[in-house]
Amino acid sequence: MAGTALRGRLNWRLGTVVGLEYESPAAKSITLDLPDWRGHRAGQHVDVRLTAADGYQAQRSYSIASAPEDARVMLTVERLDDGEVSPYLVDDLRIGDELEVRGPVGGYFVWDAGSPGPVLLIAGGSGVVPFRSMLRHRVAAQSTVPVRLLYSARSQRTLIYRDELTRMAGRNAIDIRITLTREEAQDWRGYRGRITRGFLDRTGWPASDGPLVYVCGPTGFVETAADALVSLGHEPSNIRTERFGGAET
Amino acid sequence: MRVTDGNAIAGLLGEVFGGEMTAVVGVCAACGSGGRLAEMRVRLDAPGIVARCARCLEILLVIVERRGIRCVDLSGFAALDQPAPFSDGPGG
Amino acid sequence: MALTPNFHSKRRTDVDPARVPPGQYATSGFPVLSYGPTPHIDSAAWTFTVRGAVEQPTTWTWRQLLELPNETFTVDIHCVTKWTKLDTTWTGVSLDTLLEKAGAGAEYATAFSDGGYTTNLPVADLTGGRAWLVHTYEGEPLTAEHGGPVRLLVPHLYFWKSAKWVRGLELRERNEPGFWERYGYHDYGDPWREQRYAGD
Repeated sequence: MAGTALRGRLNWRLGTVVGLEYESPAAKSITLDLPDWRGHRAGQHVDVRLTAADGYQAQRSYSIASAPEDARVMLTVERLDDGEVSPYLVDDLRIGDELEVRGPVGGYFVWDAGSPGPVLLIAGGSGVVPFRSMLRHRVAAQSTVPVRLLYSARSQRTLIYRDELTRMAGRNAIDIRITLTREEAQDWRGYRGRITRGFLDRTGWPASDGPLVYVCGPTGFVETAADALVSLGHEPSNIRTERFGGAET
Repeated sequence: MRVTDGNAIAGLLGEVFGGEMTAVVGVCAACGSGGRLAEMRVRLDAPGIVARCARCLEILLVIVERRGIRCVDLSGFAALDQPAPFSDGPGG
Repeated sequence: MALTPNFHSKRRTDVDPARVPPGQYATSGFPVLSYGPTPHIDSAAWTFTVRGAVEQPTTWTWRQLLELPNETFTVDIHCVTKWTKLDTTWTGVSLDTLLEKAGAGAEYATAFSDGGYTTNLPVADLTGGRAWLVHTYEGEPLTAEHGGPVRLLVPHLYFWKSAKWVRGLELRERNEPGFWERYGYHDYGDPWREQRYAGD
C-alpha cells in the first residue's frame, strides 16, 4: 500500500480542465478532473508541467484552492505580466485541455481540522489561495477552532474569492479582515495600507494566545510579516511560511 | 528570478528522498541553526537548484540535473532528519 | 509526457536557426539566473584585481576602468538552461587590455565575484578580443540583478562563465574548477559543441 501511495504521488499524471472561471481580471480558477486522485491536505500544492510542441518544458507549483472534501481539485493562478507559465494558464487554457500535474505535495504548510487553534492566516495577494482550501476544510469538517484571515491586496478589483469569503465570514464565525494598499474608491470600508508590524499588533491574534500562524504571498511580503510576528512575541516554531517566487527584497 | 522557499521544491525533494521533506528539520553546517526544509531560501532557474540557510544564507543543498541523472549535494547540512511518509487525504 | 497545445512561452520563432546553438531556444526576455542573493555594490567601492601567476598583480578602480579604452559591441549570449538571446549590446573594456597590463602568462584563470561565485576559463579564451568587463547593457548602466556594476562577458562560452559581480581573476598554472564546474557542468562550455556537462 505504501509503495502505491509513493508512486502515485511522485508520478506526473494528466488532468483534464473541466472548469475555468475568472476570480479577478488577472486570476483564474482552473478545475481539473484528475483520475486516481487520492485526496490532499488543506495547504498542499501541485506541480504543473507544460511541454511545448518543440519540446521546451516549464514547471511551476500552484497551491490547491479546493478543500479535501470538495469533489474536484481546483487551482487558482494569477497572471504575472513577465511570467512564463501563468499567462498561458490564465489566458490560453481551454476546457478539455490536459495539464501534467504531480502531487499533492507539502507536509509543512498544511492545516488539518483536528489541529488546535486559534489560527491566524496572513495572505498577500494570491497568497490567499491555500487559505481558501483551509477555510473550506474547516467548514466542511464543522470545526469551531477560531480562525482569523488577514488578506492584503492592491484593490477591490484584485480581490479573489471576495463573495465566498464574505459568505464564510457571515455564517461560520471566521473573522476576515481585508486591507487594500492602492484602493482609490472613497467608499471602501475595510482597512487600508500594507500589513505592517503595527497592523499585526492591532488586528492579529496576540502572541499570548499562542496561535498557529500561516503566512503566504510574495517573498518580500512574507519576510516582512514573519519578522514582524517574531518581534511581537510569536514563537518562530508557530509560524509557517510559503513564499511565492517574486523579486527579492 | 524565482526566489522562493523549500515549499517550491517539495515535489522534487519527494522524488529525491522518497518521502515528504518540507517538514523535516535540517541543521546548517555553517551556523548550526536548525530549520524546516520548507524554510530554506531557494533559487530556481539557475543551472542548478540552490537552497540556502534562512539564518546565515550559506548553501545547504544543491541539486543539478545532468542528462536525466540527478546529482544532490547535501554537504551544507550538519544533520538531516528522516523523510516523513507521504500523507493521503485530510487529517494526514 | 504530454504536450501542451499553444504553449509558446517567450520563445522567438522569427530567428535564423544558424544563430541558435544545438538544444537552445531563442528568447525575447532576459532571464535572471543567480546562485545566491544579489549583492548591491557601490561603484565607488568597486575594484577589479588580476593576481596570482602574473608579473604584476594589478587593481583597477571603477574610475580607472572607465578611463581605459571602452568599446560598445553586439553579441549573442547562450545560457546552459537553454535560452539564447540574440543581439545583446554591451559597453566595456577588453580583457586583453587588463591581462596585458598585469603581464599574465599563465594558462588558466578563475574569475571570482562578490557573493562567492567562481568560474574557471583558459586564459586563451579571455584574450584575442573574445572577453570583456562590461558595465553597460543596451545603453543603460548594468543593473545589480544582471550582474552590475561590472560583470565578465565571454559570449563564445555558455553564460555561466560570464561571472556576474566580478571582482577579479586569479591566474593559475593548474586548472581549478569553479562553482558550477564542481557540480558537474562542463569545464570548457562551448555552446556550439553542446558542452553543458562534464563528459559531453
